[in-house]
This record gives sequence, structure tokens and C-alpha cells, in this order.
Amino acid sequence: MNAAIDAAGMDVAKSSVPRTPPHPTHKLKLLLRREFWEHKGGFFWAPIWAGGISLLLTLMALIFGEVAMRREAVSGLKVNGQVMINGLDLNLITEQMSPDDVQKLADGISLSTASAMFWPLLVLGFVVFFYCLGSLYDERKDRSVLFWKSLPVSDRDTVLSKALSALVVAPTLAIAVGIACMVAFLLVLSVFVLLHHGNPFVLLWSPDNLLANAGVALAAIPVYALWALPSAGWLLLCSAWSKSKPFLWAIMIPVFAGVFISWFDLMNVFNLDSSWFWKNVVAHLLGGVFPGTWFTVMDMDGLQVKELGNHLVLLKALYSALATPQLWIGAGAGIAMIAAAVRLRRWRDDN
Amino acid sequence: MTTPVVSARGLRKAYKNKLALDNTAFDIPSGRIVGLIGPNGAGKTTALKAILGLIPFDGDLKVLGKDPRTQRDELMNEVCFIADVAVLPRWITVAQAIEFVAGVHPRFDAAKCRRFLEGTQLKPGLKVREMSKGMIVQLHLALVMAIDARLLVLDEPTLGLDILYRKQFYQRLLEDYFDEDKTILVTTHQVEEIEHILTDVMFIRDGRIALDTPMESLGERYTEVLVDAGKQDAARALKPIDERALPFGKTVMLFDGADRARLGELGETRTPGLADLFVATMKGTYA
Repeated sequence: MNAAIDAAGMDVAKSSVPRTPPHPTHKLKLLLRREFWEHKGGFFWAPIWAGGISLLLTLMALIFGEVAMRREAVSGLKVNGQVMINGLDLNLITEQMSPDDVQKLADGISLSTASAMFWPLLVLGFVVFFYCLGSLYDERKDRSVLFWKSLPVSDRDTVLSKALSALVVAPTLAIAVGIACMVAFLLVLSVFVLLHHGNPFVLLWSPDNLLANAGVALAAIPVYALWALPSAGWLLLCSAWSKSKPFLWAIMIPVFAGVFISWFDLMNVFNLDSSWFWKNVVAHLLGGVFPGTWFTVMDMDGLQVKELGNHLVLLKALYSALATPQLWIGAGAGIAMIAAAVRLRRWRDDN
Repeated sequence: MTTPVVSARGLRKAYKNKLALDNTAFDIPSGRIVGLIGPNGAGKTTALKAILGLIPFDGDLKVLGKDPRTQRDELMNEVCFIADVAVLPRWITVAQAIEFVAGVHPRFDAAKCRRFLEGTQLKPGLKVREMSKGMIVQLHLALVMAIDARLLVLDEPTLGLDILYRKQFYQRLLEDYFDEDKTILVTTHQVEEIEHILTDVMFIRDGRIALDTPMESLGERYTEVLVDAGKQDAARALKPIDERALPFGKTVMLFDGADRARLGELGETRTPGLADLFVATMKGTYA
């Protein structure tokens, strides 16, 4: 033991003559990795669990449906004397369908495929919400901020890495999990289609379905990042500012502001439109991190219910959010709040 | 004479109705191990936080020629600190901590850090939450010692550790880290344990520097006398700064700047310990 210490000591003595040469650093990469290490449970496992459980429920529902249908078929035998050997025969049905009906079926399948992403994306909203709310508060609470601040990483880079994790890394991971869920969902469906003599490649695996759905989901990431920016900024700001209970502050301040404005509205004191405030400020600040909440500003004119399966129309409607002032003003406010969070972290004492 | 590593003039920092730094001034030269010692609430931690650019304050302060308020980001390439015990994030593993510091610190030597951890129980996959307090400090020290910083600031780095870890901590710091290019600034309450490694000592009281001296001149200035029974009045005439009674009629008195030969006539003389000197200097602090 002693010898080891001596040897180490000698080594250090030798190596300390030329000082440790500075080596290049990859700060942003490491900062993002750091966030992933700490929040792997939320960023990675939570969407997987959500997707997995919803797949399991789908599977259970399909089995239930299958069993119920077979029983029905058996009892149906008694009622009208018609014999159906194997329940539903998909091949027969698709052969008899008009092109319009085929399109409707494809749209329906596309929609139900996309719904496999619902749970991972809903979970993403909660994960990002609580991640932002805790990211600058927890490090002060457990005092690890004293370790992070002992390293040559600026407050700007630290806060930016947290914003990027919330707005880009987390949604990308959740969407990747969502796409995997769609594939799994289609695999499960394929088994049932095969059971009913259908051709899963025609019915389910057309490029119009999986690829188009995945493409729309990936294309939504930039819209998500911009739309969630004010919400993430607000939560980061509360996280950097609050001395305790960041959750309460984050909720109470916009809600009470809304209540006050509604009250003034009721009293007709000022000419204020409280519903505008609730929709554009309160809801956007608190709900912006939930994917899809931008539908309130989307241009829905071109989007009819029957066209929900048309991915190009869907994409156009999605990107119509980028042409709205709500998105850009919100994004600007988000950047300002993130800048304020950087400044607060610079001077916030650990106790 | 090189420029001091830390140079402070007229520092002032007020917390709610309490002055933590009150016109504080000091210089810390390069290549020294300086102990900043003071009672609770004397402003030690505030002074260190000011040096590290963690809090706003008034006055002139240069650390390695930079102002920690405005140039903190550049400064942290050459300054490192351990503020308080066990502040490593609880989720991190040994390997992740090394990878992270290596990726963000240009002067961190990962191989050196791993060598420091050889022979300890700190295995790469171990998480901080699974470690004892002593092991967390071991890891933190290994990380910090592998950084080739010019100034290392330690604020109560061994608080709450058992004596084995405490001894090992300072031993390693001396053997494997300290050299003439580095400066260490340390605060602690365990004065006896660090007095033999310090080159300089500063006492701080109510936000002011009460004593600032190299350790070797401590013996020239201060003398402790075991005054023989019956000579107390003669000794008191020389104005001791402190006295305490021992059993069997003897009294220990502490003198500042008195003539040693003269004191020798009154009883046995010796250089006082830092702890006794501290107690004498801080008398009445909590009164």
C-alpha cells in the first residue's frame, strides 16, 4: 500500500514538471450526456413503459375482440343459420370493397397506427414539465450545484443544455420510442390480419402508413421545440428562482394572474379579454410542453376529418403553426425567460 | 516577487442586517497553503464564495489577476474548489464523473484520477448514493487533485469524516498534489489537524482579518509560558493576551511580541499551538 502511494507520488512528481497539457473539451456534448445520465428514467424508460403498457392493452383488447367475435359467430349460427367458418374473412371483405372504401380503411388504419404514439407522447409532456421544473432547483436543494460550479462550465451553457434536453433530446427520444411502438403495433395487427386471411403487407405495411406517420412525427420536433419554448422557459425560470416549492409558484403565478384578469373583466373595469389571456398565456405557459397543444393555432381549414389520413395535408396544417404570431412571440418570450434563468443561476446562493 | 494569487481590498458583503465581510483586505501569495480560520459566522465561507465568484459583493478582488464577478468563466479553468462535504450528485457513478470532468475541464488528467482511485473501494460503476460520506470525499478529492489548477479552495472539506479519512485527505493533498506552482486555501474547524501542513494562517473575526502571518513567524511573535506559582503578578505586568489556570497553582499565559529571554525567567516557554492562539484571539466572540 505504502509502495503504491510512493510510486504514485513519484509519478505525479515527474508528470507535474510539464503541467498537464490542456486538452480539447466537448462541453455541450458532455452536458447533454450528463442530462441523459441523470434523467434516463424520464427521457428513455418512461415513454417505453407507456408505449409498452398501451400495446399490452391493445393486445388484450384485440384478443377480447377475437374471442367475442368467435362466440358471436357461434351464436350467430343459431340466429340466422348463416355459417361463418372462421369469423371475419378480411380477404373476402377487401375484395368486395369499392376504392373509396379501401381509402377509408387505409385512413382508419393509419390513424390507429398513429395512436400507438399517443401514450409515449403524453408521457413526454409530463416528463418535460417536471424535468424543467426540477432541473435548476434540485441542484441547489441537494447542493450539487457547488460541484457543477467548480468546473469551467458557464451558467449559460448549463442552462442551454437543459433547455436543449427538454426541447430536442427528450422529444426525439420519445418520438423514436413512439415509432418503435407503431412498428410493434403493426406487428401485433399483422398477426390478426393473417389469422383472418388478409395480406398485412397490403393492409398495414404500405409506405403511406408507417413511413408517413413516422415522417410527420419527426417533422413535428421543430414545431414542438418552438411551441414548448415559452413553457420550458417559464418552468426553468421558476426552477432557478424559487427557494422552495417551484411547482406551486409555476402554477400559481399564471393562474392567479388569470383569475385577476377575469375578475377585472367581470367588473368591466378595463377592457380586457380574459379568455384571450387564459388561452394564450396561461395555457401556453403551463401546457406548451405537451405535444400537439399547438393545434389551437393551426390552420384547420384545409383539414377535413376525412383527410386525416392524408399526411401531406396533415404536414401542411402542422407547419401552419409556424406562420402564427402566437408561436413566435411565445418563442421570443421563452428565450427571454431562459436568459433570465441563466442570470439567476449565476448569482443564486445555494442556501 | 510574483503577483499574489488572491488580492483583496475593502471587501464588503452584507446579508440581512449582518455584515459578513467588513472592509476585508488580504493577499495570498503563490505556492502557499493558507488556512483561513474563524468562528462560526465570522465570514469565512462568504470570503471563499466571493473569491470563487459565487456571490455578489463590493470592493476590489483579483483572483489570478481576474475579477471573479465578471470573469468567472475563464477563472474556473485555473481555480477549483471543494465547498462543503458530499456535494457530488447522488446519481452519478465514478466512471461518469471522470468522463464528465474530462470532457469539460481542459486541465483534467483522467489517467491520474484513476490512479488515485486504485486500491480504494471506488469501482467505476459505483454510484455516489451507494457510497459512505468518506468515500464521496475520496472521490471528490481524486477528481480535484487530477485537475492542474493554480488555486484550490477547500471549505470545510472534511467536516463529519472520521479521523482516518481526515488524516488521509490532508496527507494525499500534501504528497500527491501540492507543489510550488499551486496555492491551497483551506478553512476548517479542526485546527490541530491542519496546522502542521499550513504555510500561512489568517484569522477572520466579524468579517475582518484579525491575524495574517506565515507559520514560521508565529513562533517569533507569540510565546506561551507555563508561569511558575508565585510569579503570576510579574507575568501579568507584561500584559499577556490570554491566561488560563492549570491544576497545582500553575498558569499558562500567552504573550504577543514579548521578549523571550525575559519570559524565560517566569517559567517554561514554548511556541503556542494554533488552537490556543485562536481561542485567545477570538475571546469574547460569542459573548
